[in-house]
Amino acid sequence: MFQYFPHTGEDIRRMLERIGADSLDALYADVPERFIYRGEYDLPAAMSEQQVRDFFEGLAAKNPKLKVFAGAGAYDHYTPSVIPYITSRSEFLTAYTPYQSEISQGTLRYIFEFQTVICSLTGMDVSNASMYDGPTAAAEAMRICVSQAKKKNTVLVSATLLPQVLKVMEVYALNAGIRLVRIPAEGGQTSLQALGELIAAGDVAGAVVPSLNRYGIIEDHAGFADALHAAGALLVEYCDPSALAVLKSPAEWGADVAVGDGQPLGIPLCYGGPYVGFMACRQALIRKLPGRIVGETVDKDGKRCYVLTLQAREQHIRREKASSNICSNESLMALWVTVYAALMGPEGLREVNEISYGGAHYLEQQLLATGKFEKVFDAPFLKEFVLKPLVPVEELQQKLLDAGFFGALKTEEGYVSFCVTEKRTRAEIDQLVNVIREGWL
Amino acid sequence: MKYYDKLIFELSRPGRKGYSLPENPYGPMLLPAGLGRGSKAMLPEVSEPDVVRHYTNLSQMNFGVDTGYYPLGSCTMKYNPKINEEIAAMPAFQGLHPLQDEATVPGVKAVYEGMDKALCAITGMKHFIFTPCAGAHGELTGLMIIREYHRRRGDLARTKIIVPDSAHGTNPASAAVCGLEVVEVRSTENGLVDVADLEKLLGPDIAGIMLTNPNTLGLFEREIGRIAELVHACGGLLYYDGANMNPLLGMVRPGDMDFDVMHLNLHKTFSTPHGGGGPGSGPVGVCAKLAGIADTMQVSGFHGNFGVILRAYAYILSLGREHVKMAGKLSVLNANYIKESLKDCYKLPIGSVCKHEFVFDGLVDDGSATGKAGATTLDVAKRLLDFGFHAPTIYFPLLFHQAMMIEPTETESPETLDAFIEVLRKIAAEAAADPDILHQAPHGTPVSRPDETRAARTPVVKYTPAV
Repeated sequence: MFQYFPHTGEDIRRMLERIGADSLDALYADVPERFIYRGEYDLPAAMSEQQVRDFFEGLAAKNPKLKVFAGAGAYDHYTPSVIPYITSRSEFLTAYTPYQSEISQGTLRYIFEFQTVICSLTGMDVSNASMYDGPTAAAEAMRICVSQAKKKNTVLVSATLLPQVLKVMEVYALNAGIRLVRIPAEGGQTSLQALGELIAAGDVAGAVVPSLNRYGIIEDHAGFADALHAAGALLVEYCDPSALAVLKSPAEWGADVAVGDGQPLGIPLCYGGPYVGFMACRQALIRKLPGRIVGETVDKDGKRCYVLTLQAREQHIRREKASSNICSNESLMALWVTVYAALMGPEGLREVNEISYGGAHYLEQQLLATGKFEKVFDAPFLKEFVLKPLVPVEELQQKLLDAGFFGALKTEEGYVSFCVTEKRTRAEIDQLVNVIREGWL
Repeated sequence: MKYYDKLIFELSRPGRKGYSLPENPYGPMLLPAGLGRGSKAMLPEVSEPDVVRHYTNLSQMNFGVDTGYYPLGSCTMKYNPKINEEIAAMPAFQGLHPLQDEATVPGVKAVYEGMDKALCAITGMKHFIFTPCAGAHGELTGLMIIREYHRRRGDLARTKIIVPDSAHGTNPASAAVCGLEVVEVRSTENGLVDVADLEKLLGPDIAGIMLTNPNTLGLFEREIGRIAELVHACGGLLYYDGANMNPLLGMVRPGDMDFDVMHLNLHKTFSTPHGGGGPGSGPVGVCAKLAGIADTMQVSGFHGNFGVILRAYAYILSLGREHVKMAGKLSVLNANYIKESLKDCYKLPIGSVCKHEFVFDGLVDDGSATGKAGATTLDVAKRLLDFGFHAPTIYFPLLFHQAMMIEPTETESPETLDAFIEVLRKIAAEAAADPDILHQAPHGTPVSRPDETRAARTPVVKYTPAV
C-alpha cells in the first residue's frame, strides 16, 4: 500500500463486507457512469521520500540566493529560531479552527494574545483573530465603511497606498458596487487638501490611508480624522505593525479602523505568503468585524477560559447576511507574530526600527553620494525610500542581481525604491553602494 | 491535557528581554515631532525560556490531527505529512522576495507550473490561479470571475446566484460579498438538489449556481448532468465548491461534470496542515474560456500562500498518479464503514451510500424516558472529547435539527474507526441510562463547558493589566 494509508487488503475486504458492497468501485454506484473517470492522471509516478526531498532541493538550488534590499509590502526582518520551533508543534499546526473550546484552549489563548498585541500596537479597542493578508484586510475595512455609513457608497483611497493594496481593493469594490476614489498625493504624501475637497463632494463613507506609504514616507495625518468624522465617515489607517512600535499609532491619529499586514513582525518573505492580515477597530464597530474573534469567559466551574465569540456576525450562522465570507483565516501566522512580539517586546521592536532606520538613511546618503541618483521627496522616511535614478533602471537592477543583491524596485513613476532592515549589515550596504559606484565609471 | 492559566502578558517583568540583535552602528533615530508614538506599546517583556515554556504549555491544551482522531465533517482532517513541512521550511524558498523577477526564481516558477498541471489533471479543469488564500477566498474569486465573464459580454442583468439550502455557509456569504443576490434552491427529501425547483429559478437574471458535489450530506448529486445542461442553457455558469473534493480523487473530475469554475482547499484535499484555522490555500480552476479572465484576478497581495502550495505539491508528488486515486476510495470506504456500524443507535436520515462524509440526526429515539430527548448532539459531541476524540461538525448542515457530520478521511485505520464506533455506542447507551453524564461532559478536559453567553454579552477580547 502507501505510507499514509493504513488499510491492508484484508482490512478493505472486511470493511466492504460490513458495508455490504462488493468492491471499492461499488461505493460509487450512485455516480452516473459517464462521470466516472476511467483515464490515468497525467501525473508523475509516486516518489519516495528521498526523491521528493531531492526534487525540491533541486528546485531550491535554482533560485540564486540574494541579499534583499527591497520592501514594497514584504520586509526582510530577522526571524528568531524560537518561532518556527513553536509554530511547528503539531498540537498547534495540525489543529483546525477552535470549534471545541474545551480541547482548543491553546489556539484560543494565543489568538487572544494576538488580538492584544494588535490592539497594543494600533492603540485600538478590539481586534479580530486575523485576516488573509494586508490588502484583503484593507478591502474588508472598505466594506465596513460602507456598511457603517448606510446610504453612502464612496470610499476614498490614498494614491500612496501600496499598488497591491489598491488592486485588491478595486476588485472587491467593483463587485460590491462600491465607488473607490483616489486621493491624490502631494510631495509623496496623501494630500489633506484633496481629502477635504473629496469629502465636500459628498457620499463619502470612509477613507483608507497609509501611515507608512508606498514611498516609505511616514505620513502626517493631522486633521484627517476630524475632516472625515465631521462628514460621518470613517478613517482607516493602513499600517506596518512593526513600525508602530515607534510611529504614532492609528488611535493617536484618531482612526476608527486599523488594518495592515503582520508580515514585518518576523514572518519570512516566502515569496509572498503565507502572511497574516490584521484588523482592529474602535469598540463601537466590534459587530462589524469580519471573521473570528476570541473572547474571555469562564467555564462552568468558574475557570478562566476562551471561546470564539460574537459568532452571530459569521457566515456559518448568518450565511448571506454575515459581515464577511471569511472562514479560515491565518491562525498559525497569528501565532507566529504573537511569539515574535513576545520575544522582541517593546524594546526589541524599537531597536529593530532604529537599526533599520539607521541603515536606510545611511544607504540613501551613500547612494546620493555616488551622483547616480537624485532625491525625489523631502519627507521623513523609516526603512524604505525612493530615489530618481540617473542611470538606466534595468541596467542598475541587473548589476545588483549579478552582485547578489535584490533592490532598486522600479516604481510606477520610474523611481527606484530601496529598503533596509536590521538584517542588512553596514558592510553589505557598502558592498551594494560599491557595485553602483563602480558600475558606471 | 492539563490546565495552564497564564497569558504571556502576565509573565512580563520590566527589563526582561527575549531577543538578541546586532548593535546599532548608526546614530539614534530622529523622527520629526508629531510623527512619533506618544506612549510605549504594551508588549510582553519576557526571556526566551519564558516564551518557549509558555507556548509549549499552551500547546498542551490543544488537540490536533497528530494528537488523535479528528472526524470534523467537511474539513478533511487527514494526516499532514512531515516531509512537506521540511520542504516548506527550506531557506532557499523562505528567503525569496515576492517581487523578484521570474528569471531569478526558476525553482518557484516550476512549482506553480507543476501544480497547475497536476491540479488540471486531477480536476479536468484547464487552468488554475493560486492567489486565493483559503476556500472562502477561492469561492469569492470564482464568483468574481463569473461576474466578469457576464460583464465582458455586456450581460449585466445576471445579478443572482443559486445556492442549495444544504450549502456551506461560506457559499451565500461569498456571493453576498461579491455583490450577488442569493437564491436558495431546495433539497428533495433524498437530500439532493430539487431539479424541478431549480428549473423554476432559472432565467436571464441568473449568473450561475454554486454546488458542492458530493454535497454537505455526503451525497453525490447524481442529476448533475441535467443540472449543468439547464444552467448552461439559461446562460449561467456552474461553480464547484471543492471543499468536498476528497472522495472524488481518482474517480470523478469536476471538469467532466461541466463545471466552469471551481476552487480546491489545499488544506483539505491536499493534506496541508490546518494551522488552527489557516493558513490555507484556495486555488481556483477554470475552463478554457475563463482562463484569460482568471489571470487578471489579483485578490491578495502577491502570489497566494506559496508556503502552502509547496506542501501540497510535495504531497501530490509523494502520492503520484497511482496513490492519488486511492485516497478518494479509501475515504469513502471509511465513511460508509462508520455509517453502517452506527445507524442502529444514531438516526440516519438518508440511508443511501455516502461519499467521504455523512450526517446523523442525533441519537435514535428508542422510546425510553430518557431516549433522544435526554441527550442532544451537543452532549454527544462534548462526551466524545472525554474519550480522546475530536467531535464531528455539529448542527450543520441546517437541514436537520441535531446534525452530526462525520468525515473520517482515508488516513485513519480500521482500528481507530472501530474504537470511535465503540465509544459512540457507549455514549448512546449512557444517554439512555444516565444522560446527566452527557449533559455535564466533558469531564476530563482542561476546562469544562464555557459560558458562551457571558463571552458574547460583554466581550472581552484583549488582556488589560490589573491596575
